[in-house]
Amino acid sequence: MKTTFKLIMLLLSATFLLSSCGNNNGKSSGSDGALRSSNAEKVYVAPGEHDEFYAFMSGGYSGNLTVYGLPSGRMFKEIPVFSQFPTSGYGYSEETVPMLNTSFGFVPWDDSHHPDISQTNGELDGRWIFINGNNTPRIARISLKTFETEEIIEVPNSAGNHSSSFVTENTEYVVAGTRFSIPVPQKDMPISEYKGNFKGALSFIKVDQETGRMAIKFQVLMPGFNYDLSHPGRNKSHGWFFFTTYNTEEANSLLEVNASQNDKDFIAAINWKKIEEYVNNGGGKIMPTNYAHNVYDEHSHSATSTMIKEVLTVDPTEIPGAVYLLPTPKSPHGCDVDPSGEYIIGNGKLSADLTIHSFTKMLDAIENKKFDGDAYGIPILNFEDILAGTVKSGGLGPLHTEFDDKGNAYTTFFISSEVVKWKVGTWEVIDRKPTYYSVGHLMIPGGNSRKPFGKYVVAMNKITKDRYLPTGPELEHSAQLYDITGDKMELIYDFPTHGEPHYAAAIPADLIKDNSQKIYRLDENKHPYAVTNQSDAKVTRNGNEVHISMSMIRSHFTPDNIEGIKVGDKVYFHITNLEQDFDVPHGFAMIGANTSEILVMPGQTKTILWEPKQVGVWPFYCTDFCSALHQEMQGYIRVSPKESNIDLSWSLDGE
Amino acid sequence: MKKAGFIMIIGSLLLLGLFKFPLWNIMLGAPQYPEPLGLDIYITGIQGASEFDLQNIDGLNHYIGMKTIPKPEDMWEFSVFPKVIAGMVILGVLIGILGMTGKVSYKWFLGWFILMSILGILGMYDFHLWLVDYGSNLDPNAILKMVDDQGNPMKYDPPLIGHKVLLNFDAFSYPHTGAYMMFIGMILTVIAFFIGKKETKKI
Repeated sequence: MKTTFKLIMLLLSATFLLSSCGNNNGKSSGSDGALRSSNAEKVYVAPGEHDEFYAFMSGGYSGNLTVYGLPSGRMFKEIPVFSQFPTSGYGYSEETVPMLNTSFGFVPWDDSHHPDISQTNGELDGRWIFINGNNTPRIARISLKTFETEEIIEVPNSAGNHSSSFVTENTEYVVAGTRFSIPVPQKDMPISEYKGNFKGALSFIKVDQETGRMAIKFQVLMPGFNYDLSHPGRNKSHGWFFFTTYNTEEANSLLEVNASQNDKDFIAAINWKKIEEYVNNGGGKIMPTNYAHNVYDEHSHSATSTMIKEVLTVDPTEIPGAVYLLPTPKSPHGCDVDPSGEYIIGNGKLSADLTIHSFTKMLDAIENKKFDGDAYGIPILNFEDILAGTVKSGGLGPLHTEFDDKGNAYTTFFISSEVVKWKVGTWEVIDRKPTYYSVGHLMIPGGNSRKPFGKYVVAMNKITKDRYLPTGPELEHSAQLYDITGDKMELIYDFPTHGEPHYAAAIPADLIKDNSQKIYRLDENKHPYAVTNQSDAKVTRNGNEVHISMSMIRSHFTPDNIEGIKVGDKVYFHITNLEQDFDVPHGFAMIGANTSEILVMPGQTKTILWEPKQVGVWPFYCTDFCSALHQEMQGYIRVSPKESNIDLSWSLDGE
Repeated sequence: MKKAGFIMIIGSLLLLGLFKFPLWNIMLGAPQYPEPLGLDIYITGIQGASEFDLQNIDGLNHYIGMKTIPKPEDMWEFSVFPKVIAGMVILGVLIGILGMTGKVSYKWFLGWFILMSILGILGMYDFHLWLVDYGSNLDPNAILKMVDDQGNPMKYDPPLIGHKVLLNFDAFSYPHTGAYMMFIGMILTVIAFFIGKKETKKI
């Protein structure tokens, strides 16, 4: 959430709250004692027991992805994605530095927003999870076998990669849309000439079904609106993709006012199957560009970064029937599609109501050419012709909607801080519950699929204030867990979340837990400096570069005494963990290293650079309390003056 | 004596299970090993119950100075036992066939059983000696030199059969599929003896 947006919402909420009533938005009065004790049972996962769901929450400005259990709210792991992570050495180790390469060079941070789990036939399949980097536009793919980032692709012609990273129902594509329109290709021009000249690129990234590898298939160059959020058509609307827009005014300054003038903005409906056919038949224009494609290989334990120099762009006006604009009131934010694929929900964030478009009516209007003008040659459909209904919510600031498996929808209201449950089809409001405070996204496991698991909804809030013990001005965010198995939602738990989770995706644990890898096999380790047997450990010099191929096993390094290193050398520690036992990592830290530690999993090799600056004998040690003799797991390196002529020597076991 | 001879043949053939299935199994569980490490002892060698168990047991054993788990070529038993078992199978089948055709008396069935029992007990005794040596013949430079209440060096020999606590590990040692097939086979040869006796009396 942008700060300006947050600010205006807060101001708005203050005004509205003074004049409105009926929204019991004060402190939690809570439920009575008896209910509370049964709620405790609902979220209690006994010691040693496992949670029912994995929840993957975006880290927001942490740039990462966190893994939680539901219903317990326990955090299991922080997966480094777009940000350097000294805990494991991600983004510091020689092998992972290429993961953060971009056309702007090494970018060690991003703002991660919308995780989405891969699907087959519209159902979660638990192969991969995708997430977008918002700031320097990137899409990452994380393996749900190793729970590590395997691939990051930069998205060219994009800026503020926000309407991303949502997958189509067979993971044919992961889709990335630009929030900020920009000159395409980039050029030096007056900002005031934005209107009519900037473009919004919507990128369709093909996913290889075997390897998961991503490649940009085409970019649709849309008018210069802001493409805020998106979701795929599913079931009957499979083959379409829907994007909310705001700033159809095409303002380039003070957007909070200037982009809020039109009564209606649009949901852009993209028939990607039609465009795919068009480009498969040679359509589209290849544009020179420059973007990074970074791939991590779990056998060489190393990433490579390749710069790609061109991208296929598509002008939507050249493909009849490919793109339509659905008028949607009040700067819609969330764009959500129900499990049947019939209803497309526009959450008009400056409104009290939700607008629901009908896919069937949309097709009908297209067929009968019932257009209400066009925008830059893209037909605009008539609002009344496609409207399925309106949810008169009574809340303020609707942002996002998810669905359960019983025909209900749940919408968050940022300004009035609540989740509203309503019936799909009748549009009647069934229930409403407060959140604490100012909820953004909400998440139901499988909520973005044909098959939701409607047991819990998690509300992810932007404001924490007094929910937990205070920790100074900076707080973690707060999440609430509601039981949604009954007619009425029940708030059953409240837990802090790391970073700023925007969206999340959850999956039944049974679908992935047995695939979770325990070790990396040493006999599959293809790292060029791997040591698979400790007697093969060695030190080699090449000019001022020294490569130390070192092994670790409980509880020693081989070699653990090294001499012949000189001030000014670039010393690369290539460290292999020889263990083949589950959960026996070893760490490695070198005094004065200007990098980080590395945490090496069993069977893995990682490399960290050390540039000794001072003469002396310097220790290194294992940073993971690996065994009873962990404290003995240490070694020394003798650093001699630059001009000295001491030969390289090192100890092998027992020597 | 057709029936008795047939049972004798089946009984002896069940020993072949020892070539396919473990004779014995030792599982080692500890607080930090909720999924226990395990050894499957075959007549041809020792394998891990899971792929990396041998390496991981050796890794742990180096703290207390135990020798690494022997490879098949390190112990004569792993080449002799298969020959003895194969020999006993051939002998048993032969006796069965001869019994069926009336060439030998049912008493030979019992004779085979007694011979097999003696060999089995010798085998178990040998196995026990190895366990004791393995658990008590420790490297004097071991990292952990533990002593018992009397101040004597701790012994880490796993039990021949049953449960024993070894430091933080609970060791469970029991016969495995191959042994059960052998036991059933041996019981069948005794049954063959009694049926043979009955069949002989009827005539």
